[in-house]
Amino acid sequence: MSAYSRGDVHLFEGGNANYAYLAASGGIVALDRISSGILARLEKTALDHSDLISKMVEEGFRAAEVSEGIDELTQMSAIRNGTPLRTMSEALPEEFPLQTLVLNVTNQCNLSCHYCYEFGEDKVATPEGKKKFMDWETAKASIDYFFHDSRGRKSVHITFFGGETLMNFPLLKQAVTYAQAEAERRRVKLDFSLTTNATLLTPKIIDFLAENAIGVTVSIDGAKESQDTFRVFKNGRGTYDVIEPKIKELLAKHTTRPIAARVTMTSHAMDVLGTYKHLKHTLGFHEVGFAPVTTSPNRLYSITPVGMDSVLGQFQTLAEEYLECAKRGEHHGFSNVSDTLAELHQGVNKSLPCGAGLGLVGVGPSGDIAPCHRFVDSDQHKIGNVSTGIDKEKQAAFLKRGNIDAKYDCHTCWARPLCAGGCHHEAFVRYGDTGHANLHYCDWIRAWTDTCLRIYGTIASLNPAFLDHFSERKAS
Amino acid sequence: MKHLRPINAKAHRMEESAGAENDIVALQSGQSNAVRPHVPTGCTIIFSPGWEVDSAGGTAGLCQPVERDIYDCYVSCFWPAQVPDHLNNAPDWTSKCSVATKDWRNLDIVFP
Repeated sequence: MSAYSRGDVHLFEGGNANYAYLAASGGIVALDRISSGILARLEKTALDHSDLISKMVEEGFRAAEVSEGIDELTQMSAIRNGTPLRTMSEALPEEFPLQTLVLNVTNQCNLSCHYCYEFGEDKVATPEGKKKFMDWETAKASIDYFFHDSRGRKSVHITFFGGETLMNFPLLKQAVTYAQAEAERRRVKLDFSLTTNATLLTPKIIDFLAENAIGVTVSIDGAKESQDTFRVFKNGRGTYDVIEPKIKELLAKHTTRPIAARVTMTSHAMDVLGTYKHLKHTLGFHEVGFAPVTTSPNRLYSITPVGMDSVLGQFQTLAEEYLECAKRGEHHGFSNVSDTLAELHQGVNKSLPCGAGLGLVGVGPSGDIAPCHRFVDSDQHKIGNVSTGIDKEKQAAFLKRGNIDAKYDCHTCWARPLCAGGCHHEAFVRYGDTGHANLHYCDWIRAWTDTCLRIYGTIASLNPAFLDHFSERKAS
Repeated sequence: MKHLRPINAKAHRMEESAGAENDIVALQSGQSNAVRPHVPTGCTIIFSPGWEVDSAGGTAGLCQPVERDIYDCYVSCFWPAQVPDHLNNAPDWTSKCSVATKDWRNLDIVFP
């Protein structure tokens, strides 16, 4: 006789209600006393059907209702009857049109940030002998290639990246004009975004970005002290004083898209609360997102596990602030929370950690195609060229390696629907294998996902209308 | 559902499809307590080499030699194959070999 045991679930509370996060699917359900009771019964021991019912009857529940509860939990895979079997993820569709093109318009930069993954000690790029700035022929070929390989999609996205993106602003401008005309001709909705260090912003550039509704993400590490530690010019001078007035002008004039700040956290910049306050309230960014630096563990700027605990504590404090705003139906700019809530609300269940090499590709100045902007200019990771398209074999090998099915450590983790083993590039820098699970931040991911689940549950109990913000999948 | 209330979009979709699932009786494996007919499985009813003659009418693609005796025998077949069987004794045999070119070493010996 087979026995019932608890399936792959993570239980959490929010707003005085009990919830289960179903790790096999990404579904979130609210539990009543019976379903909670059954899950509690099965926490440590497996029981067969009749034993489970009699134990629950002893606790005062009616047998018929317990039996219903067992069936429902089984149907949702919250409990299982018999041996656990790993289910493989669904195969990817054979035709998967591109959705996002990241155009690295230059691999040159006017800064020398110590931790940079493109130039620093852990770089994967091999730019020697390649073009430093993308020329017009390559940009045009990239855009043509992108429209061709995104056929069937109604809405697509082009992101400009670098190096420092604005070092090749003339090309960017030309590319925007050309791509807009192409999109119109092909009746496709197209939008743009770019990432910049803000040092080269001018009134003219800001006007162009605003007129064309180009989304802007500014890489910035916080107030002067944090910013000037690592984000420095080639001569070592800090950049804060240069960018502050430019960012203020950008935020004042560019109102067609929300402007975001993206913070790289290092051992020297872990003051999440202070940084958020400065960027959101002093400078006025719409959203602020934080990410720990991608690095080998032995670098001086790498954050130690103890440091990450402090970061998590501050994330949780800021997340509480987010929750208080959400209860009142107000916007809060901590994008690490809103991004996670959006995914939880959809119930995503990823077989791959991100769209790299699938719906998104990066193209470098040479026209070589990489799985994403972080692998641009790396010979080892090249998966094609805009003149010949994507090499399907190389693409398939990359995707198969990075698939959750091949990350055995992840198979027992309840946080896998959102994480799927984490960033391919981070894994390569840490472990030399894009398909390696990022085991160095598992505890962190689980703690953060749990925090966001509790926020999600609380909002679902107290102000469910707020979740409608997340009903439409974020077009990124 | 009475005891679980779907909250996010995925859970709503699961609830819808769970309602539909009970309409199907045959070809379902495990998980349901519904009484259902015995559905024979094994390589006699699947359309792959490994039984008597291969798709071209020859014998080259059959279970012998043993090096052909791998995946179909494991997944679906009770035939006395040279590999563990997936149905009863070694359901997890390939669970750590998702990318064969990388992970073939994880296909270990099984002791009954």
